Amino acid sequence: MSAPISPVRNPLITGSKTYHQITEDLCSPTERAPNPTWVIAFLISVTVFGFGLFCIAWTIWKGIGTWGSNRTIGWAWDITNFVWWIGIGHAGTLISAILLLFRQKWRTGVNRAAEAMTIFAVMCAALFPGIHVGRAWVVFYFFPYPNTRGPLWPNFNSPLLWDLFAISTYFTVSLLFWYTGLVPDFATVRDRAKGIRKKVYNVLSFGWTGAAKHWQRWESLSLVLAGIATPLVLSVHTIVSFDFATSVIPGWHTTIFPPYFVAGAIFSGFAMVLTLMLITRKVLSLEDYITIEHVESMNKVILATGSIVGVAYLTELFIAWYSGYIYEQFAFFNRAVGIYWWSYFGMMACNVISPQFFWSKKLRRNVTFTFFMSIFINIGMWFERFVIIATTLARDYLPSSWSFYKPTWVEIGIYLGTMGLFFTLYLIFVRVAPVVAIAEVKSILKSSGDQYVKGHETYHETAPLREVHH
Amino acid sequence: MAHAHTTTDIIYGLYTDETDLLHAVKQAGDAHMDIWNVYTPFPVHGLDPLLGLSESRLHIAGFIFGSLGLLTAFLGMSWIFTRDWPVIFGGKPYWPVPSFIPITFELTVLFAAIGMVVTFYTVSGMGPGTMYPILDPRITDDKFCIAFDKTSMTGSDVDAINNFFENTGAAEIHSKEIA
Repeated sequence: MSAPISPVRNPLITGSKTYHQITEDLCSPTERAPNPTWVIAFLISVTVFGFGLFCIAWTIWKGIGTWGSNRTIGWAWDITNFVWWIGIGHAGTLISAILLLFRQKWRTGVNRAAEAMTIFAVMCAALFPGIHVGRAWVVFYFFPYPNTRGPLWPNFNSPLLWDLFAISTYFTVSLLFWYTGLVPDFATVRDRAKGIRKKVYNVLSFGWTGAAKHWQRWESLSLVLAGIATPLVLSVHTIVSFDFATSVIPGWHTTIFPPYFVAGAIFSGFAMVLTLMLITRKVLSLEDYITIEHVESMNKVILATGSIVGVAYLTELFIAWYSGYIYEQFAFFNRAVGIYWWSYFGMMACNVISPQFFWSKKLRRNVTFTFFMSIFINIGMWFERFVIIATTLARDYLPSSWSFYKPTWVEIGIYLGTMGLFFTLYLIFVRVAPVVAIAEVKSILKSSGDQYVKGHETYHETAPLREVHH
Repeated sequence: MAHAHTTTDIIYGLYTDETDLLHAVKQAGDAHMDIWNVYTPFPVHGLDPLLGLSESRLHIAGFIFGSLGLLTAFLGMSWIFTRDWPVIFGGKPYWPVPSFIPITFELTVLFAAIGMVVTFYTVSGMGPGTMYPILDPRITDDKFCIAFDKTSMTGSDVDAINNFFENTGAAEIHSKEIA
């Protein structure tokens, strides 16, 4: 077989790996006993999650009055956190679906963990709409099912209901896509395991054998799922933005929201993928699989989407001025210099200015710098949602109802709790499943392994695609 | 595929490289040898035409399930808002088609995805706890396997297969009886 090797691409797998070494390297984290760092991290995450559960129980028991939201500012931390988490949940499917369609090979190093992160982030996100309704015990009224109340159906004109469908679909499709990708790798773990582990992985691997016909169907399934997940991932944050854009609140009622939200979601999602992957590759010694090339590619996506977000911010400001509509103008004036000016400043600094550093190749390839940038971007994107939601609502049409919002300990606890949930699930994931997709990495070894791409530097510029024969 | 309640006597060769596997499969095809199955640790491109596998029809299942989702969502919402319980929302028509687009899209995707995944596992005979005899545990690691069914073969046929494996560079040759 001959594998076409691009003369301009750097290797994506370093350390001259063989197929067997790939199996060893990627399975071993699930096979050895957890180290003390993992145990400590896990205990902290579970504790924080437990506190979050307590705060949720407190909210449901005492009522939504335990939050800082008020009649003017009906949405605050709850929806800010919801949009923040759902945005973070966008990178996984983007990496696994859109980059699969574009045949981006660097996808294979990070797709597994990014998809896992997507699923966990969507779980954290879905929590907030569930509890912010107040009477969380009747939250199933959201779903249109034949009932004895009329039957009384939900309002299909409502973007909030569209959102329910979008997020439920996104979660389900992401989970199916992720698990289907995991099945062959679970089979690899199963075939190395003994005793009870073998039994467990036998159930998880669905009886996968690696037969040619199964691989063919598996690839066909992945491709079609990628094809339908691509518009899906774009639709989800579009519909989240409809929650705002279809209202008649100045600062929300804008047609730029869907593309701007989608770009922001991918931006924050990649930042979170980088935060996690830079830690994961270090702790699990996966530097040969998640290379500087991967980091640089993700930083390029961050630069592109961050710049789109920046342009969107400026466009919003321009249109507010150009519209001649004083309420719209005031909404943006209030965001920039009003009571919450610092969150606007944080948003601008973290989301617009900071990604511009990634024009420098040196900084794109600097792991420490990237790590700090990824944290900044996560903070900046949280501020963006806070600016859009709380700042805008705090100064509505009637100055007599202007208000101020600050979170209570219950809201802070729930937010921290979702962090706890997210990291608890991620820490379990790295123990149970191979963090990097084993079969997919093996399939790109001949075209992207460093021993096959050696000497690629000399082929820059002039050489056409060359074929390597074995 | 293995038949229930009967044992199949399998002879299989393990290759260490997908290139060797492809050459061997091609050679077997040219010699009209009846390959029982081929197992690989990852999808090897170019293998399907050599084995004469027809293209997967999963995408057709996806289309059918997607259409079902589309109709379910659109007709369901239309029935609810025009027949079962018409309500005026903000002076808009009873049948607000543009409002139905997002949910119709989402359910199309949802039905297509669930339907395709269920179809995939059903036609492949896989599911939680399914067990298939594993010829060699290294097939999911780094070995590429060609298997022949020698249950009804004569001694000379088996010799021919042994020769074939040796000539095509198989690293190991094994026999295994599977249920």
